[in-house]
Amino acid sequence: MTRAVKSVAIALKVNGENVNETVPVRRNLVDFLRADLGLTGSHVGCEHGVCGACTILVDGVIVRGCLMLAAQADGCEVETVEGADATGRIAKLQAAFHQRNALQCGFCTPAMLLTAAALLEANPAPTREEIRDQLSGNFCRCTGYQAIIDAVADAAEAGE
Amino acid sequence: MTFQAPIGSSLPRDRAKRLLAGRGRYIDDIALPRMLHLAFVRSPYPYARIVAINIAQAAAMPGVIRVVTAADLEGVVEPWRGTHNLFPDMKVPVQTALATDTARWQGEAVVAVAARSRAEAEDAAEHIVVEWAELPAVSDAAVALDPAAPVIHQDYDGNQAFTAAVSQGDPAAAFADAPHVVEREFRFNRHTGVSLETRGLVADYDPTSDRLTVHQSHQTPHQQQDLYARLLSIPEQNVRVICDDVGGAFGLKHHLYPDELAACAIAKLLGRPLKYVADRLESFLSDIHCRDHTVTARMAFDAEGRIIAMELDDLFHAGAYSQYPRSSVAEGNQIIRVSGIPYRHDHYRAETRMAYLNKPVLGHIRSVGHPIACAVTEQLVDLGARALGIDPVTMRQWNYLDDTDFPLTSMGGIALEKLSFQACLDRALERVDVDAFRAEQKTLRDAGVYRGIGFATFVDLTSIGPEYYGEGGQHISAQETCLLRLEASGGIRCYTGATDQGQGIDSGIQQVVAGVVGVPVSDVKVNSGDSELCPVGGGSWGSRGAALGGEAALRAGRELRGNILNIAGVLLQKAADSLDIRDGEIVDAESGAAHMTLDEVAAVGHFKPYMIPDDVDADLTVTARYASRGRMFLPANGLHVAIVEVDTDTGLIAFHRYLVVHDCGRLLNPMLVAEQVRGGVVQGIGGALYEEFVYDGAGALCNGTMADYLVPMAVEMPDIEVEHLETPTGTSELGAKGAGEAGTTGAFGAILNAVNDALAPFDVTLSETPLTPTRILQALGKI
Repeated sequence: MTRAVKSVAIALKVNGENVNETVPVRRNLVDFLRADLGLTGSHVGCEHGVCGACTILVDGVIVRGCLMLAAQADGCEVETVEGADATGRIAKLQAAFHQRNALQCGFCTPAMLLTAAALLEANPAPTREEIRDQLSGNFCRCTGYQAIIDAVADAAEAGE
Repeated sequence: MTFQAPIGSSLPRDRAKRLLAGRGRYIDDIALPRMLHLAFVRSPYPYARIVAINIAQAAAMPGVIRVVTAADLEGVVEPWRGTHNLFPDMKVPVQTALATDTARWQGEAVVAVAARSRAEAEDAAEHIVVEWAELPAVSDAAVALDPAAPVIHQDYDGNQAFTAAVSQGDPAAAFADAPHVVEREFRFNRHTGVSLETRGLVADYDPTSDRLTVHQSHQTPHQQQDLYARLLSIPEQNVRVICDDVGGAFGLKHHLYPDELAACAIAKLLGRPLKYVADRLESFLSDIHCRDHTVTARMAFDAEGRIIAMELDDLFHAGAYSQYPRSSVAEGNQIIRVSGIPYRHDHYRAETRMAYLNKPVLGHIRSVGHPIACAVTEQLVDLGARALGIDPVTMRQWNYLDDTDFPLTSMGGIALEKLSFQACLDRALERVDVDAFRAEQKTLRDAGVYRGIGFATFVDLTSIGPEYYGEGGQHISAQETCLLRLEASGGIRCYTGATDQGQGIDSGIQQVVAGVVGVPVSDVKVNSGDSELCPVGGGSWGSRGAALGGEAALRAGRELRGNILNIAGVLLQKAADSLDIRDGEIVDAESGAAHMTLDEVAAVGHFKPYMIPDDVDADLTVTARYASRGRMFLPANGLHVAIVEVDTDTGLIAFHRYLVVHDCGRLLNPMLVAEQVRGGVVQGIGGALYEEFVYDGAGALCNGTMADYLVPMAVEMPDIEVEHLETPTGTSELGAKGAGEAGTTGAFGAILNAVNDALAPFDVTLSETPLTPTRILQALGKI
């Protein structure tokens, strides 16, 4: 027979704002961000950590939002594309993606931006191979990746 | 005909900025008041009778509002048949939104649960008990056509659904007399589109006004409007389908899916909004699939290496039903029409047979049939070259149709305007030094490194004309209409029936309007993807949006421009044809001197119409339509060149170069066309190297996750060089042909040929995709 789904209270910081919510313990972090907080810029593509579309930052590290429970984010600082956009942290990448047409449908794009930004933070002048390697966990069905690699290289050159 | 900028300029897309900020609006981003969520119970068996369904426990679970079976939908939603009147002999079984008494593929939706959350709907779905009587499944087309095979639709006496054949000249005699004949059996395994955003919709039914609004991740809103109106018995003017941001489509989102129709029906039944978004497993189990063809083909050559004849037999299947509303004939039909098409030959025979069997429906995904036709033809050309000791480049040069041949009707019955096979090859040879490659190849082989070069010449049948579906009996628009509205401020709103899933069709149309009217591109806002607001059109599929939508936009732009100049002429007391619009200003056509701004004209047109005589055409909202006549397609062409290295110890394939020379006529935006080509190539690489649905012997899917079904990722993909040639079609003023599928069309052939060239020292030929390491190593006898 079915059991009632337990909930837990969590307190965290999302895009710089304090959040206090009660969430079902089984709710994953990306579903919480999307459905409870309306942060729909993070996307769900496979729900088991392969496609990379749900990539977000937790305490400054890029993680799969579908592989972490919301309850685990208690006490953490979370950043989504909305936050990165608002602070201007990824502005050069966004501009380069736009100029290079490094997105078509755009569904993978927020995760690509956050993943690329993490690379440029650690390695401001990556080679094309290093860029491809960094993005190898983010599925894009539209572009063929080349324009994305070009855009990240451009942003690196522009000093993202 | 020349067109002014921004037509032909590589401008970035307006829509992209929103998506880059995480402000896209995809289906699962939508939440409506009182909205419910749907989950399905799907058949675990490829073929089974439904003995009983027990919903009692599920119906009582937390959050559950309604559990729905096929019986509950009787009278709410009609069944359908995926017929095509041009193929009246095709067997077409009746299909329903939920399976009634029998499930015919693993993943067919049987029961739906509407609940307050998706999680609760899934919880309840797990507690629905379906009693099944498993039936012997058919999972292979050749087996399906065996008279002893179980028949999967009892209304028919066998599983053969459809055959079609083309014959020209006397191929039997030509082969009998030919000095050289090459023959192969090819196998193209099954894959699909894998859009990153899965299929989904939010259906919102208001019983007080009998109005259905569907937000859907889809390519063809007007087609869906028509289908929902007819199948749900709602007046069409009350049905609105909105396709806002669509997270990838690639052909898999221009069909009617039973689960999506069930969602609309349940929204109608409940009178409240309902969301259904497929999860990834549901996508793999129920999206339209493609390929799964076995082709036997041969080509005859004369003593000098000229192609005399080609023959081809294709066997494929539609899955369990005929795709709706387009029917499932096209993959086979395109193969028999397009094979051999770049080459001069006088004798041709091709036949396709389609079966029904117990797998998901198979049909139209990016580049329908074309990659198979191209790969078969191009491998036969290479095999002929090898048999005759002729270089593959020379072989092609000798056999291409050239300028003296056009126009002509191909052996497969396709009308061809001037195409540019030779010019594409010439351009490729400027970029790739084949002699240098051959020298390097030889040196590397001596060192145990195996590189190969593969060429694939293709023709893409783009921008289908209205006759195919018009005569087929489907309500599918193959014409386009554009509506333009000059705002009082001087800006222009554009409404098109074409749609944009990221290709940049909106941008192409925007550039056409800006260029033709004479305004900055930022003054034109394109609206698409709304069946209520936009003029009836076909959406985007079959490489059509920019070519057909662009021509309608050209016509509408010219009309609006004319009316603007009419008003300006009255105000300036000058002849309208002495004026021009440049960068949003009314100027003297000869001197370029500025007279007035567009907003001054618009203000008179909107608010002081009494200043304009009645006999002056001064409408500032105009529509124009483009319906081609007497042409089935706008054939585009090009050439792929792949250079690969095959690791003969691991069977892995790495790219060293990939070049596409592409000719889609007039380029509206070269950057966006190049990006369509690149994305298409990588999707083709997926089909050629990685993507394959694996089924066990009983027809059960073995790889329904993205960890098991491999797709191309950034690290393995090459940079792709794209060269453009422009041979405009003479059938439209703009001269644009379609571009969206060219990358996929040639990739299979180029890669097969490159791999076989690399492995030539081993005297093996591979003719099965995907070219997995296992297949490579098996061919090499290493496993």
